Amino acid sequence: MKPILIRGGRLIDPSAHLDAPRDLLLTDGKVAAVDAPGKIKLAGAEVIDAKGLTVSPGLVDIHVHLREPGQGYKETIATGTAAAAAGGFTTVCAMPNTVPVNDSPEITRWMQAPERGAAIRVFPIAAATRGSMGETLSEYTALKAAGAVAVTDDGKPILGDSIMRQALTSAARVNLPVIQHAEDTRLTGGCSMNAGALAFSLGLRGMPVEAESGLVERDIRLVAELKDSRPHLHVAHLSTKAALDAVRRARRNGLRVTCEVTPHHFVLNEEAVGNYNTKAKMNPPLRAELDRQAMIEGILDGSIDCIATDHAPHAAHEKEQEFERAPNGITGLESALGLSIAILHVQKNLPLSRVIALLSSHPANVLNLKGRGTLSVGSAADVVIFDPAKQWIFKESESKSKSKNTPFDGWTLQGKVLLTISEGRVVYRA
Amino acid sequence: MPPKTQHRKSPPRQTQLPPIGPGSRESIHPESIHSGSLLSSRDLSIDDLRSILELADLLEGEDPLRRAQHLFKRRVSLLFYESSTRTRTSFELAAKALGADTSLVSAQSSSIEKGESLKDTGITLRALGAECIILRSPYSGAPYLLAEATGLPVLNAGDGMHEHPSQALLDLRTILTHLKKGSKITEKTLAGATVTICGDIFHSRVARSNALLLPRVGARLILCGPAPLLPDTAAQLTPGIEIERDFDRALAQSDVVMMLRIQAERLAGLAIDLEEYKARYQANADRIASRAPKALIMHPGPIIRGLEITSEVADGPQSAIAEQVRNGVAIRMALIMRALTPKSNASEKAGAKTQKKGRR
Repeated sequence: MKPILIRGGRLIDPSAHLDAPRDLLLTDGKVAAVDAPGKIKLAGAEVIDAKGLTVSPGLVDIHVHLREPGQGYKETIATGTAAAAAGGFTTVCAMPNTVPVNDSPEITRWMQAPERGAAIRVFPIAAATRGSMGETLSEYTALKAAGAVAVTDDGKPILGDSIMRQALTSAARVNLPVIQHAEDTRLTGGCSMNAGALAFSLGLRGMPVEAESGLVERDIRLVAELKDSRPHLHVAHLSTKAALDAVRRARRNGLRVTCEVTPHHFVLNEEAVGNYNTKAKMNPPLRAELDRQAMIEGILDGSIDCIATDHAPHAAHEKEQEFERAPNGITGLESALGLSIAILHVQKNLPLSRVIALLSSHPANVLNLKGRGTLSVGSAADVVIFDPAKQWIFKESESKSKSKNTPFDGWTLQGKVLLTISEGRVVYRA
Repeated sequence: MPPKTQHRKSPPRQTQLPPIGPGSRESIHPESIHSGSLLSSRDLSIDDLRSILELADLLEGEDPLRRAQHLFKRRVSLLFYESSTRTRTSFELAAKALGADTSLVSAQSSSIEKGESLKDTGITLRALGAECIILRSPYSGAPYLLAEATGLPVLNAGDGMHEHPSQALLDLRTILTHLKKGSKITEKTLAGATVTICGDIFHSRVARSNALLLPRVGARLILCGPAPLLPDTAAQLTPGIEIERDFDRALAQSDVVMMLRIQAERLAGLAIDLEEYKARYQANADRIASRAPKALIMHPGPIIRGLEITSEVADGPQSAIAEQVRNGVAIRMALIMRALTPKSNASEKAGAKTQKKGRR
């Protein structure tokens, strides 16, 4: 592997609180040196000129659905990670709601095997219960040994107090976070969008805010009860102010509770459903404007740990159905950076280094991914080079994902990925 | 929120994202939907209402043999995913009265049972020569999907809990006959009149279509029912809607009372105490005689006798229920005519024929 020297760029490494002109040397798949411009000299290195560009740790997405095994018609690990690389990501954590469900060390290893053709690093997240049925815990020690970085029954929330208590306790013992898709499904039967006047007008049953906040509050209560064993609860794709406030209270009380928000929940509100646009259908649903503003507020004040895409590819024929029958979810890997910079940096004046932290060092910390989301010497040579000022039009037709279910087709975004390097290899070049 | 496509390189700290935040539903109406479609009461302007009602009058009064020439051998498909008596029959009679060939596809006896999607079913019907599809679906919004997938005019004959616009039009025609016979449709035609819709509003597409339509021609609209069947958010449907939970108080103010059945098939686990419901919301002879002895009593059907309405009231002198059904054919003739005739020609065509005594 030829060494790579990236010269002349503005280097943002949130893990080192660094935002300055720096050169970066990558050798043997690792970060070898970070130094002032012109200081690093190495004969034989491939030199990349990053003048006028920003160099940062490759982005980390701790919530993606790569659909393998079992649903390769929607996405494969190869296509999903190619889309990730195009979006500037070098690490993704793959949810276990595959077919079959990833509740075993065998599937966990299979997903990481070289034969899958992943362009970037994939860390599996394993099912918290066998078959994600919410009844019996899966084998956390063996799953962790096979490479799982967290457990969850994403999409099938763990409702029973007793099984959730067991999951938190057992996961804490092996230092794995429990990720909860917070939805009290007893309140959301037959629902396909956010509850409220708009749902009434469209004749759709609505998911109440309480279905999310109620379960988050229950989970936090359990974490508090079990606090001697220090369980770590991570709330997936937070979407409501009420649930965010519950997370804030938990953290004030010193509990290990973290949370993520998706770009679509801070960019869009329920009005995007329009006349039954299934590309605006996801779970949790797009919420009221008040909730969207609360998500932005939570990002700005630091209550929200990180941004995750919930990249959820679905075939065109699945989305071209009646709204209530269409599956939940949208793709997100290739629009995440452009949306985050456009909304958080440009509109809300969040420093670029903090936007990058939300997409790299913070998510890596949440799932304890050592040597990812950082450019410290010795960590993985995962790098993204982008132009933060460049506006570009996101086109679903140019997406590397196998599926094109995005509500952002044709949107002007800001912040264009030009080069992505994963473990020292160039995996995407614009 | 139409995306902007203009590209600009500088200055760097400005964005051209489309406006973020609440937008208007009307502004996102896709252009691919055929203008002869009727998907929602929202789509009807005052001019549309006037021309549809006038066309219904013309067609109803026309000689049946001459009427049958308008759409002679044109192809109209009825695609019914839910059972229906009134709506299906009246659409079918309306299409046939205009001379069109009709074909009925229902979920139980077609490839829908084998898993064919709505989009593919629509494309199949179009390939078989359908020029207009009349759709009833258990799914809210299904007509939008069908209209976009086929490009054909689609008439919404009821979609889930969303809308049933042809019912609202025939209800409007019924109300006008009794309250404002012969008057021209404007924003004020029903000014001063109060209409109460009572019952299972939440699950009712008829309620939504009427609640969107009647205030637009000046009516004051009261929605009445218990909270599980009538959420407070219903008042935000359109300006001019009030919620009154006390049926007797609502009745005392009403010129028109529209009763709705409880939709057992859509209750989804909701438990309603029927005896209490009857005590508070049933239209019975005593209640009507004491609170609304002059009001017009309407019901879109099917009626559940002895539950939301008693036989004395349903069959009584104030009832317009049968008349509503009759108006269905006239309204639906106008809608099919409008769907299959280039805009603005529909009423001229029917009108010309009537006046010129069938010169062809």
